[in-house]
Amino acid sequence: MSKTTFVVGIDGSDAGERAVQFAKTRAKAVGDCAIALCYVIEWSPFSFQTAEENEQRHKRREEEVSMAHSRVLDPAVEAARKDGCEVSGFVRHGDAAEILDNLAKELGAEQIIVGRVGVRGLKERVFGGVTGRLVASASVPVTIIP
Amino acid sequence: MKKLFTAASLATLAPVAAAAQEMSIDDRVNEVFASSTGWFVNLIFSPLPFQIAGSDFPWIVMWLVVGATVFTVYFGLIQLRAFGHAISLVKGDYSDPNDAGEVSHFQALTTALSGTVGLGNIAGVAVAVGIGGPGATFWMILAGLLGMASKFTECTLGVKYRNEYPDGTVSGGPMYYMTKGFKERNLPGGSILAVLFSIFCILGALGGGNMFQANQAHAQISGILGDYPGWWTGVVFAIVVFLVIVGGIKSIASVTEKVVPFMGIMYVGAALVILLVNYDQIGWAFGQIWAGAFTGLGVAGGFVGALIQGFKRAAFSNEAGVGSAAIAHSAVRTKEPVTEGVVSLLEPFIDTVVICTMTALVITISGVLVVDPTTGLYVLNEAGTSIQTADGSSGVQLTSAAFATGFSWFPYVLAVAVVLFAFSTMISWSYYGLKAWTYLFGEGKTKELVFKLIFCVFIVIGAAAQLGAVIDFSDAMIFAMAVVNITALYFLMPIVKREMNSYFNRLKTGEIVKHTH
Repeated sequence: MSKTTFVVGIDGSDAGERAVQFAKTRAKAVGDCAIALCYVIEWSPFSFQTAEENEQRHKRREEEVSMAHSRVLDPAVEAARKDGCEVSGFVRHGDAAEILDNLAKELGAEQIIVGRVGVRGLKERVFGGVTGRLVASASVPVTIIP
Repeated sequence: MKKLFTAASLATLAPVAAAAQEMSIDDRVNEVFASSTGWFVNLIFSPLPFQIAGSDFPWIVMWLVVGATVFTVYFGLIQLRAFGHAISLVKGDYSDPNDAGEVSHFQALTTALSGTVGLGNIAGVAVAVGIGGPGATFWMILAGLLGMASKFTECTLGVKYRNEYPDGTVSGGPMYYMTKGFKERNLPGGSILAVLFSIFCILGALGGGNMFQANQAHAQISGILGDYPGWWTGVVFAIVVFLVIVGGIKSIASVTEKVVPFMGIMYVGAALVILLVNYDQIGWAFGQIWAGAFTGLGVAGGFVGALIQGFKRAAFSNEAGVGSAAIAHSAVRTKEPVTEGVVSLLEPFIDTVVICTMTALVITISGVLVVDPTTGLYVLNEAGTSIQTADGSSGVQLTSAAFATGFSWFPYVLAVAVVLFAFSTMISWSYYGLKAWTYLFGEGKTKELVFKLIFCVFIVIGAAAQLGAVIDFSDAMIFAMAVVNITALYFLMPIVKREMNSYFNRLKTGEIVKHTH
C-alpha cells in the first residue's frame, strides 16, 4: 500500500493558500501522507504566436518556471516542510484542470485540493472555470476550498 | 462629399503642405522605383533561349518547377506519404508532455502560415487568373502540390542547422544550413550562398513582404473610401509597423496574430458559401480550369501563359523553395528535424491547394471575367495582356468584385481582411529580413534599428508606387531567393534523405511512439 497523496493546486492567491492549509490539516489527520504542490502556468500548444515570440519561447519558458519556483512554489514547499509535512513541488505548463488530474494519476493520488478561483463573467459562462472543469473531468475526488 | 471627408481626415495624419503636389509624389516615386529596379527584374524574368509551344518561357519558372519536381521524386512523394503523419504531429500526438510550454508544431506552422497566407491568396490569385485565365488555377494547384516537397526539404534543414544560443533563443534559416551544411559535406561556397541569400532575403522582405502588401492594402482601402494618394496609406501603415517592430508594442502584433486566423477561416467560409450557392456551376468552373490549363481559352500566351501565371503566383503565395519558411519553422522544439519538415508540407497545401483554389473558383464562377459568348473564349483587354474584367479591375479589386457578386457587403470585410493580412505578412517578413540583416551585419540594437527604419520607409514607397512596378520587383526578389536556396537544397538533400529514412524507420519499428494524453 503506497502512501496517501494529496495533489494541491496553488497559484499564489489566498484561495490557493487556504487549499494548502486544508491539505496540511488533513495530512496530519491521516498520518502517513504526502502533499504534492503544483503550480500550473496556463499555456496552450494551439495559441498563435509571432516569429519573434517563437524565437524567445524557450528562454521565456525557463524564466516562467524559475519565477514560479522562486515566487510561489518554493516558499510554499518550504513552509509546508517546516510544518512537518512530506511535500514535493511541481511547475507545469498547460491547462490547469488537465495538468492537476494528470499529476494525480501519475502520483496515484487520493484526491485533488484546489481553492475556488477562476475567471468571472462571460468567459466562465462559456468555457467554465478551472475548478468547474476539474470537477467535471477529474478521475479522483476533488475538494474545493472556498 | 465622402471623398472630401476622407481626404480631410487623412490630411491630419500627413503634412498638409504636401497635398498640393500629391499626384506628383506618387508618380515620381513610381518612376524612380521602376527605372532603378528594371534591370534586375529583366534578368530574373528573361526567357529561356528557346520557345515552348510558341511562347517565351521565363527560366525562373522552369527553375522552381524543376526544383519542386526533383524533391518530389527524390523523397518518394513525401507529400503523400507523410500527409497523415503531418496532421498527427500538428495535433500534438507525438509531443513530449515534458516539453509543454515550448513552441509546438502547431505554433511553428501557424506562424509560418501567417507570413504566407495573405495577399498572395487574394490579390495574387486574381492577378494569375486575370492574366492566365482559369487554367492558371490548375498549374497553381500542381505547383502547390509539388512545392510541398520543397518546403519539407528546406524546413528540415532549417531546424537541423539552426543556431541555439546560450540564453535559449534560436535563430535559423537558409543562411545557417548553407554555411553549416556545406561545411559538414566539405563543399565550398556555402558562405557565398549564405551572403547572396541574405541580400535577396532583405530585398524580398522589402518587396513582396512589404511593398506589395502596402500597395494592395492601399488599393483596397481607396477602392472603398475613394481615391487618395497612396503614400498617405503608406505613412499610416509605416507608423503602426514602426510601433510594433521598433516600439515593441506587442499588443498590436498579438491582436493581429489572433484575428488573422479568424479572418482566414472567414474568407474560406465566405468562398464556400458563394460556391454552395452556385453549386450548379462548380462543375463548369472545374471544366474551365481543366480546359484552360491545356488550351488557354484565348488568354495571352495560350496555355503556356496560363502555366507561367499559375506557377509564378503559387510560388509567390506559398513561398515553397524560397527559404523564408525555413526561418519561421526553426523555432519549434523538437529533437527530430524531420518532424518539422513533415509539418511544413501542410503549408503549401493549406495556402495554395485550399485557399488559392477557393479564390480562383469564386472569380471564375462570379463571371467577372468577360467571355465572348460566340466562341467561349476570354476577351482580352485593349493592350492584349490580360483578360477584360466586368469593371476593369485587377488584383485585389478583382477578387473583391467577384466576392461582391455573392455578398454585396463583402468588399468591406475583405478590405479589413486585406489590411490585417498585409499587416501580419509585413510583421513576419520584417522578421525574416531582420534575420538576414543580422546575419550579414551582426546583431546589435543600432544595426537592427537601421533595418527596421528602412523597412518602414519602403512601406510608404510601396503604397505610392503602381502595382505593375511593385509586383515585378517583389516577384524578382523572392525568386532570386529561390535561385540561391534551391541551389543549396540540391547539395544538401542527401542529408535530409538520411534524416528522413532514419526517422520513418524508427517510426515503423515503434521506437518513436505517440504520447497519450
